[in-house]
Amino acid sequence: MRTATPGRIEIAFSGSIASFPLDTQFSVPAKGVAAIFGPPGCGKTAVARCIAGLEHLPAGFCAIDGDVWQDETTFRPPHLRPIGYVSQDASLFPHLSVRRNLLYGAPKPKPMPIAFDEVVELLDLAPLLDRSPSHLSGGERQRVAMGRALLSQPRLLVMDEPLAALHSRAKREILPFVERLPEKLALPMIYIGHDMAEIERFADYLVLMERGMVTAAGPLHVLQSDPTLPLATSHEAAISLDAVVSGYDGRYGLLILRLKGARLLVPAPPLAPGVHQRLRIAACDVSVAREAPRAGSILNVFPARIRACLSLGTAEITLVLALGTGGSGAEIMARITRFSFDSLGLKDGMDVFAQLKHISLLSASEPPPQTISASTPTAEPGQASAAACNEKLGTRGERHHLKPPLL
Amino acid sequence: MLEYLNLTRMDGFSPEVWQSLGLTIELASVTTVILLIIGTPLAWWLARSKSLWTEAVATIIALPLVLPPTVLGFYLLALLGPNGPVGLLAALWGGRTLAFTFAGLVVGSALSALPLVVQPIRNAFATIGDRPLEIAATLRASPLYAFFTVALPLARPGLLTAAVLGFAHTIGTFGVVLMIGGNIPGRTKVLSAFLFDFVQQSRWREASWLAGAMVMFAVAVVLTLTLIDKYSRRRST
Repeated sequence: MRTATPGRIEIAFSGSIASFPLDTQFSVPAKGVAAIFGPPGCGKTAVARCIAGLEHLPAGFCAIDGDVWQDETTFRPPHLRPIGYVSQDASLFPHLSVRRNLLYGAPKPKPMPIAFDEVVELLDLAPLLDRSPSHLSGGERQRVAMGRALLSQPRLLVMDEPLAALHSRAKREILPFVERLPEKLALPMIYIGHDMAEIERFADYLVLMERGMVTAAGPLHVLQSDPTLPLATSHEAAISLDAVVSGYDGRYGLLILRLKGARLLVPAPPLAPGVHQRLRIAACDVSVAREAPRAGSILNVFPARIRACLSLGTAEITLVLALGTGGSGAEIMARITRFSFDSLGLKDGMDVFAQLKHISLLSASEPPPQTISASTPTAEPGQASAAACNEKLGTRGERHHLKPPLL
Repeated sequence: MLEYLNLTRMDGFSPEVWQSLGLTIELASVTTVILLIIGTPLAWWLARSKSLWTEAVATIIALPLVLPPTVLGFYLLALLGPNGPVGLLAALWGGRTLAFTFAGLVVGSALSALPLVVQPIRNAFATIGDRPLEIAATLRASPLYAFFTVALPLARPGLLTAAVLGFAHTIGTFGVVLMIGGNIPGRTKVLSAFLFDFVQQSRWREASWLAGAMVMFAVAVVLTLTLIDKYSRRRST
């Protein structure tokens, strides 16, 4: 029999649900945010449902931080799993007020480790408490659903595309709340999504899925620059890195951030030293030079070593670069033309200079970067219009439109 | 004819009619309560189970809708009477037959109204779908707790419809009651049977009073429940 490892989320499900074959195995730390990413219909939701115990695949293993929820001999029913589950449609109970929805899963003896007032403040629910779910917007409903899940005092929060049914404005409103959760609560989180732009903002680990199978799992930035995976060769290739604030240049309004192998200067409002800041460095914002540029406007120029060269169509190449002399620092990517690659005589293992034209600070105040979607291009507008339509129709329409697909 | 419809005086009503009225309301109330208690879990099972038996059971429950009430009454008489299986079983511990008793009436009217009660509740449960119950389960609600806190409140319109239909149907029940009740004044003689007797005896004035009163009563019951539902629904949204 398989034993569970403390400190890890261990998942293995194989079998088929409604004739959809699922063969999923991964293990991620029971800390921070693990994102499951894949195109719609790849079985992400099925995995979430298996973790929650809503689907029962006999050949399954599920252990959270040493606590076995399912193995060959045990299958804990959903109500005995300390899980917080937020689905695409908020599924608020229409017969209960927001306050009673929030308290539905809360254990009766107080006080709770995740306190009511704390959740209300974190998700800004105070103005909604006495309202009925039918009088909430889509984003508000999702916030209530998150609060309700948190107040059930879970040991694992599973969010199954909580933003997928929202139109882009509601998404922007709610993203800051989603980002705040892992930061404010010491609660492992599994976030399921098909939009890399969301995942890049707060995920620590990434599990890639395709056609019911896990194709890769590991730290987000490692998978983003893995030459064997499609993320690095996509046109929107980017790296998410966590830097530490080390100072602020008040004269020029430049934030000083420390990263392994680099000291970055980014125009931004001041932040307290020591604060962790998520950065996004897109491959198209990085260029390379054979020699250190003497006079240029680009602030962030660092020695780096080429780790991999990946063809991107016929005209372009994505380089994986390790920052620092000798390439001992963090990895980023650069997208250059094949013409420059050849004319500079670049090759694998070569020492170059990386020039970072633009670095995005991913924070609540900034709208999410351009969407990278794993879906087919037509899927997005469809969802957006369905969500907009639901706003008009109210609850009755929502129920009908937002019924999530089983898989 | 007009003289029979002279509805200005109520002098024709004997105490037996009032007694019968009380009996009818008692029968309808007891039957409705019993039907809700039995019908709700049955409807839940029919709506949620994936068993192949559900359709077979649903068919049997629906039979009283298509059978003449006298057929149902005949079988009940055979079953519950002194020589029927239930009658013999009851005799083992000194029980009496259920035929020609109030309890027999309850059994008869409950069986004939069962499809009318089960169907709306079943539909209501089916409309709720799996989702709210799954969500309740992920919020630590045991299946029983989820049933009482989520399924029942969400199925309230269906339950109300079922109660109205069950009550009204029992008030108007005639064939089954006549077969199994035996039309004993004060014990099993309900209003519809009284009306039949009045007509038989050509007591048209009493008959029209009774019929009119039953119409008014039916209107009042249905209207009251509809208003209650409307009010409570408005308050909850």
